[in-house]
Amino acid sequence: MSTAELIGTDPGWITLVKGLLIFIVCVLATLMSVWGERRIVARMQQRLGPNRVGPFGLVQALADGVKLALKEDLIPKAADRIVFVIAPIISATTCFMSFAVIPLSGKVTLFGHETVMQLTDIPVGVLYVLAIASVGVYGIVLAGWSSGSTYPLLGGLRSSAQVISYEVAMGLSLVAVFIYSGSMSTAEIVSAQDQWWFCVTLFPSFVIYAISMVGETNRAPFDLAEAEGELVGGFHTEYSSLKFALFFLAEYVNIVAVSALATTLFLGGYHALPGLGFTESWLGGWFTVIWFLAKVIFFFFIFVWLRGTLPRLRYDQFMKFGWKVLIPFSLAWILIVATLRVLSQQGAPKAAVIGFVVGVVLLVLAVSTLFESSKKRRISNDALGEVQPPSFPVPAIPGSKTITRTEQLNG
Amino acid sequence: MDSPLTPRSNDLGLTAASKANTPIENQDAKSFFAQLAGFWVTFITMFKKVNTVEYPEVKEPTAERFHGRHQLNRYDDGLEKCIGCELCAWACPADAILVEGESNTDEERFSPGERYGKVYQINYLRCVFCGLCIEACPTRALTMTNEYELADDSRAKLIFEKEDLLAPLKSGMLQPPHPMAPGKTHIDYYRGEITGGSNE
Repeated sequence: MSTAELIGTDPGWITLVKGLLIFIVCVLATLMSVWGERRIVARMQQRLGPNRVGPFGLVQALADGVKLALKEDLIPKAADRIVFVIAPIISATTCFMSFAVIPLSGKVTLFGHETVMQLTDIPVGVLYVLAIASVGVYGIVLAGWSSGSTYPLLGGLRSSAQVISYEVAMGLSLVAVFIYSGSMSTAEIVSAQDQWWFCVTLFPSFVIYAISMVGETNRAPFDLAEAEGELVGGFHTEYSSLKFALFFLAEYVNIVAVSALATTLFLGGYHALPGLGFTESWLGGWFTVIWFLAKVIFFFFIFVWLRGTLPRLRYDQFMKFGWKVLIPFSLAWILIVATLRVLSQQGAPKAAVIGFVVGVVLLVLAVSTLFESSKKRRISNDALGEVQPPSFPVPAIPGSKTITRTEQLNG
Repeated sequence: MDSPLTPRSNDLGLTAASKANTPIENQDAKSFFAQLAGFWVTFITMFKKVNTVEYPEVKEPTAERFHGRHQLNRYDDGLEKCIGCELCAWACPADAILVEGESNTDEERFSPGERYGKVYQINYLRCVFCGLCIEACPTRALTMTNEYELADDSRAKLIFEKEDLLAPLKSGMLQPPHPMAPGKTHIDYYRGEITGGSNE
């Protein structure tokens, strides 16, 4: 019986219980991840981080949430009131929805009923996740537009431009996964990884996904939408109280959601680490949830690590990287993967496959060498080329003859 | 502060400052893999000793000559050193000090010599802890302690009176008013020739 059929046998109340459980897990994960992020970043800066509220400061995020809820809820005069209220609601609801298709565990028994911890399994599950992420952009762009103020508008535009462009790269990186697993259903993608995880077999796809998921969630080093020095708070500058809390919640649930999707698509979902397969039957199958959560936490740590290490990118660098590096690279990679897949499906001889791989490697080497040498030539041409005498005294350009003020005046 | 605490480093960041002044020689962008070394830096820092001082529970000693709350000192027999000259009040750039002097009498003697400070107030809402009052004091009556916990919840509480500022009586000291040591003058006091104990 496939996962989809197994879920199909669930009575309605089991579905309700699962929905509730998933919601609780998401909210708890948000609270814990705010706390975890602050503690880890603090450690990376040789600080302690929040450790006052509750044991180890665990209740800090909850206390902050209560504080936010008790604050005054302002709606600016220039704002479009209805859209202004709807925007955070869109953000906060869509971020939870992608969890419906994430398989959190293998076969388990829930109240005497055999099922899997996955709300539903649809044949185009991953496409559904991408679609939901796109709807979530409306929350951001509407918030920016309806605030009736400059900074939120610019922040909202940046943010939506960023999410949309990185979604292209993200979608392309997933194509290789679809080709190899032969399905877009999350449950089948996970079961296709019981031998080799896709982060090994499709490593370039994994790298592209990992980069674009950071861009997708507006996180450091791609957090230009919230560049404090330029845009104050970005799209949520004018928001306060619970509406701000909703955006905050949405940001962190989104991080957990893309981490969960990365786990599902590339790290073998709820499967145990290689060689530890026997643990999957522990606790009547519930132990797989621990494997899943461990992998999500691993991704979350990567998010925090990036934030603690890298400075923010400039907007044009960021867009250039997305459109001119990530997208062409993933297109080429899809071509290679598709060719290999077709070769193996048509039963092509090994020599043909090896020949193709060697050919691709040689081509990449040749192109990169040409590119490097042309760059070098360009730089050296720039340095040694004739320099026009400046019309006013400027510091000397490296590699050129220094022009003194008297020489200039004498022509 | 006579606590047994010792500062973790008495360097005060001086070596770091001299390092910060060395010029950056190579300004070219590093290679991709060299830039990845930054990840190692943040990772290894997680396991280093944390620099935070958890203040209310843990108190680091201040620098030895930290400018904290003022103190009105006494001679070894308990008489006050302050002579009510108001030089501290005149020196104060923030106008935080109020002094009213009064004459000592033979029945009621608070300090050796002619005058003593009857009213002595320091307003810590105004004080900038510059220490000019300490420089101005001719008898070393006014000095500063290392005490820095001066926060309070009302303006009135932050105007310290004479009894808040006076140094505590140590053993052998006698609560003024009391006469000077027999056969001694204020000159002897000023020269520090009074050693503990009292005449009673």
